[in-house]
Amino acid sequence: MSSSRYIIGVDVGGTFTDVFFLDEANQRIAIAKVPSTRGDQSIGFIAGLKQGAPDFKTIATVVHGTTVGTNALLERKVAKTGVITTIGFRDVLEMRRRDRPQTWGLNGSFTPVVPRDLRLEVDERVLADGSVHTPVDVAQVKAAAQQLLDAGCEAACVFFINSYANDVNENAAVAAVRSLWPNAHVTASAELLPEIREFERASTASLNAALQPVVGGYLDKLDKSLRAGGFAGQLLIVQSNGGVMSVETANKLPVRTALSGPAAGVIACAHLAREAGFPNVITGDMGGTSFDVSLIANGESALAAQTAIDFGMVVRTPMIEITTIGAGGGSIAGVDASGLLQVGPQSAGSDPGPVCYGLREIGANEDELGPTVTDANVALGRINADRPIGGKLKRLDVEAAKVSILKHVGVPLKLDVMAAAEAMLRVANAKMAGAVRLVSIERGHDPKKFAYMPFGGGGALHVCAMMREVGVTTGVVPRYPGVTSALGCVIADMRHDGVRTLNTALDDLDIAAVAALIEQRGKAGRAALATAEVAFERIEESIEFDMLYAGQTHTIAVPVAADALSRAGLRAAFERVYQKAFGRLLPGIAIRVLNLRTAVTGKRRKFDLGLLSPQDGKAAKDCRIGERKVWHQGREHSAPVYERLSLAVGESVAGPALFEQSDTTIWLEPGMTARVDSYGNLVISV
Amino acid sequence: MIDAVTLAVLNGRLEQIADEMDATLYRSAFNPIIAEAHDASHGLYDALSGETLVQGKSGLPIFVGAMAFAVKAVIDRSPNGFKDGDVFIFNDPYEGGTHLNDFKLVRPFFRNGKLFCHLASVGHWHDVGGNVPGNYNPVATECWQEAMLIPPVKLYDGGEYRPDILAILQANSRLPNSVLGDLNGQVAALELGMRRLNDLLDEYGDATVLEALAELRKRAVKLMRANIATLPDGNYSFEDYLDNDGIVDEPLLIAVDIEKKGETMRLDFSRTSPACAGPVNIARSTAVASIYVALKHIFPAVPANSGVLEPIEIIIPESSLISVGKPKPVGGYTETILRIIDVMFGALAQAAPERVNGMAYGTINALSLAGYRTDEKRKGQRWVMFSFFGGGHGGHPQGDGLNHGNAPISTATIPPLEILEAAYPVRFTQWALRPDSGGAGKHRGGLGAVYEIELLEQSADAFIFGERGKFPPQGVLGGGEAALNVFSYENGGEWKQPPAVSKMVGIKLKQGERVRLETPGGGGYGPASQRDPAAQANDLRLGYLTK
Repeated sequence: MSSSRYIIGVDVGGTFTDVFFLDEANQRIAIAKVPSTRGDQSIGFIAGLKQGAPDFKTIATVVHGTTVGTNALLERKVAKTGVITTIGFRDVLEMRRRDRPQTWGLNGSFTPVVPRDLRLEVDERVLADGSVHTPVDVAQVKAAAQQLLDAGCEAACVFFINSYANDVNENAAVAAVRSLWPNAHVTASAELLPEIREFERASTASLNAALQPVVGGYLDKLDKSLRAGGFAGQLLIVQSNGGVMSVETANKLPVRTALSGPAAGVIACAHLAREAGFPNVITGDMGGTSFDVSLIANGESALAAQTAIDFGMVVRTPMIEITTIGAGGGSIAGVDASGLLQVGPQSAGSDPGPVCYGLREIGANEDELGPTVTDANVALGRINADRPIGGKLKRLDVEAAKVSILKHVGVPLKLDVMAAAEAMLRVANAKMAGAVRLVSIERGHDPKKFAYMPFGGGGALHVCAMMREVGVTTGVVPRYPGVTSALGCVIADMRHDGVRTLNTALDDLDIAAVAALIEQRGKAGRAALATAEVAFERIEESIEFDMLYAGQTHTIAVPVAADALSRAGLRAAFERVYQKAFGRLLPGIAIRVLNLRTAVTGKRRKFDLGLLSPQDGKAAKDCRIGERKVWHQGREHSAPVYERLSLAVGESVAGPALFEQSDTTIWLEPGMTARVDSYGNLVISV
Repeated sequence: MIDAVTLAVLNGRLEQIADEMDATLYRSAFNPIIAEAHDASHGLYDALSGETLVQGKSGLPIFVGAMAFAVKAVIDRSPNGFKDGDVFIFNDPYEGGTHLNDFKLVRPFFRNGKLFCHLASVGHWHDVGGNVPGNYNPVATECWQEAMLIPPVKLYDGGEYRPDILAILQANSRLPNSVLGDLNGQVAALELGMRRLNDLLDEYGDATVLEALAELRKRAVKLMRANIATLPDGNYSFEDYLDNDGIVDEPLLIAVDIEKKGETMRLDFSRTSPACAGPVNIARSTAVASIYVALKHIFPAVPANSGVLEPIEIIIPESSLISVGKPKPVGGYTETILRIIDVMFGALAQAAPERVNGMAYGTINALSLAGYRTDEKRKGQRWVMFSFFGGGHGGHPQGDGLNHGNAPISTATIPPLEILEAAYPVRFTQWALRPDSGGAGKHRGGLGAVYEIELLEQSADAFIFGERGKFPPQGVLGGGEAALNVFSYENGGEWKQPPAVSKMVGIKLKQGERVRLETPGGGGYGPASQRDPAAQANDLRLGYLTK
């Protein structure tokens, strides 16, 4: 065996830190799952790395999906930050888009990340056409910056109205702030997001500023810990758009890590499914509190323009489109005042967690919190009580789960414990299937034409039920569903997105100016790729315009080839996309161009997914490690239990059966069959 | 009898059909009021009574109660029954609720040759004729000055499309393309609903689904009864006023007397003012819908199902301002239903202090600025900027009210000012929270806003349709009242205010002149004497309060 050379993906989640090791020199892979360390995530991170690569000198690249930024925002544990803005507009950040947290019930509230007294106004104004109405008063800006420093601010954001149309005032102001600011934590709104929509730009920019010290500090610490262990390679961070960036970029643009981990998971699924012959796939990531759905059509996952981390905390940056509903292993079941069974959205999370974890205080929260979806799976025999995932618990308390199910669901509905547990799963599955259908409709697809790929620790238990509920004929369970995001880290390309608002009629579009802008963006993107010192197979550049008919407010994304960059070319491309989306054109109405979007992608070499296929696989009968009684559709079934990872390529098993592995359990229902494909996926069919 | 589990599953599956219909329309609608503000709704309604069986979660709150009336209107006008493939369309607000912009489509759903239920779709169309673009005419005295009035007619007759109906609708709109786009979206939503409901019936069987629908209605009744039972028995009254009707400058009383006994409630609106000349009248169906909205804010878990209203008796005299018929103008219905919700909150605060909040800002402030372009390139082009504005929410049991929220009847967001400035010849000179506008209280009301807009073109006409200019949003349980709504405009170097405070047409603006909206905050919750001194100091530090 030659000396190892690792590329490692690390996804730090709320409960577990997942690690995927690819030894390029020896063409081997390994995984590890360790508890996440709250407070300082780098401790769990380093512990996870050591499990597979004790000598950090052997590590060439570490790619990291992180929730440090997201958690800091959710807990409002960010740096003290100030905003300098146009006179008359300091409250834009707090006024949002005039929304409320819930449709029903008027008891919401909102705490902005930057409080009102740290949002200072200066004289300046640019109009929507880009003309300067009032030049900026730099002396006022400096005084404001000093006032923020005196108030103890560690980071600053400069946000001027209409700076997307002309950033001359904002640039002058930010230069003045940077000239006296003691660190690099200064964000300018148009530098980050030169796009029309003041609240979204102000929110994204101020959240970015507030995260700079937090994410920067974390990555710095992590980098030091790695280097101290002898690491001499590259540390890369996954962005919400599913591409990776360098630590240097992440320090400047930490807001781009908003959906880092989940995005990596979807990237992995898209790649795995495409290679396995399923370019159209819907992924479902079932965690402790939520179920995340994403749709991949023709091998590509869609990008959403923005997301809200929490009510009123909008981050506008391209991100993998993921829809979340409150249904997970920790979702709590109960019967409401009308006698109707409800599951979720309340969740027991991982602490105190499901009843079977045995972490609830007897009498106190055991009584208020009902049983969870995981408890139902345990009671029905689908989860091995003696082999809990993640290694934090010794064994699961089946009896306690049953007692709670009977009390909270069985007795009120006059069902026995098994029927009550099955009822909980039916309601939960129906809810998750509903989310899958809705996401498909919103994107104009029929979900029945897609394959379904579960990932996350809990998803594979429900794969057959989801297939039945949605009407999907193929399910694909990846080889390591519990560490999919970590695998995605290893696969992800390096990508830099840019946007610029043009907001003009197509007939007035200055093509030469746009071409120059694209060239400049391309250059900047290629330069950013070059500084990261990563080897790429090739570099791809893409151009997209947000276009619409005059009078509409919803834009559609229109990809345009570089050689079709003309007004006629844009018109043809727009009409093609519009016709496809809405079935008709609106002749006679002027076409407008709102934004230019550019992306420069450095394609990293993909590792051979054949490495995921089982080595020294065995016949199914030799992988049987036992048998369990599983309750399913009203009766008990004897289900053989298989060691999933030992199954050879081509082996086929008919349900009922259970497949166990360290990061998940797969429940194969009667009437379905599962077959191991050449990438180690378990392909389930009806 | 249907088992509890199938019932729970079908509950979600049925609701999802409505949600998917919503999503279909949002995705394909042309007009931003539907596409962005989601001013639309879909559902399933009883074959014979038109009562709401199921409605989606994503539709506009106020439609949840109103749609049953629309379906009922179609049933009443079809004594000879329906043909499979019929689709009705109309906007008559006296029968179908709300206002003339809301076009309702009703499709009888047949199963094995028999009427099973109705599917319906409603959406707010951008422009439907009348005197004012966008149809918010503050000085209308008849419905025809607001918009065209279409009774239930067949858009499809036994599956056969009638293009003449579309031609009539398009000919009566300033935005015929928008009419076409929205109508197509609504038809597509109904088609999707048909497919989904057929799939569901194939999967579970017609009898099971019918049983589930009946059972879900029973459960809704039971749930509402259980909720009402948690309130102490007694009589609770509350009154509030509208500034005026835009024609006659006299306050209009909205009053409710609630008698709560056991598991039932009687809501008596008899003391409410009689019908008025201007457009703040509403139809009875709209009043009932707004009562439903108030109850659902107080008891968020109750479903969108007619059973919710069964334990509630509603008394509204026919002569009332909240029970008018044709041709009384109803364009400003939003203002009146906001006041009905306010008095419901005010009355029930006495019974359920832990569930109710101070009143929200209580007016949508519809502002229109319009004129013609004078620059070389666009000379003579007409422009109309039409928008609604936000205000504060009331203090509530958990804390201070939300600053700058949307109206309780809606979930619409406000357009970005940069989008408005890019589209129209205006410059915002202020877009800010309005200090001291929230009612004092143990939990302070949220702040309203100040929006100040300067005209960049040579001249423009402005009109405003608002409320709360004379009677501020009130607090509950001893909480203080919020600031009044103030509208001002510049004229010849002077700031002026409308004679009828919150409503005015024909304001002439010249280049450089401004209009200013100062919107109310929310009412306070509980007495100000109980406010945490630290919270008070924080308000002063942040400038939410100036004194």
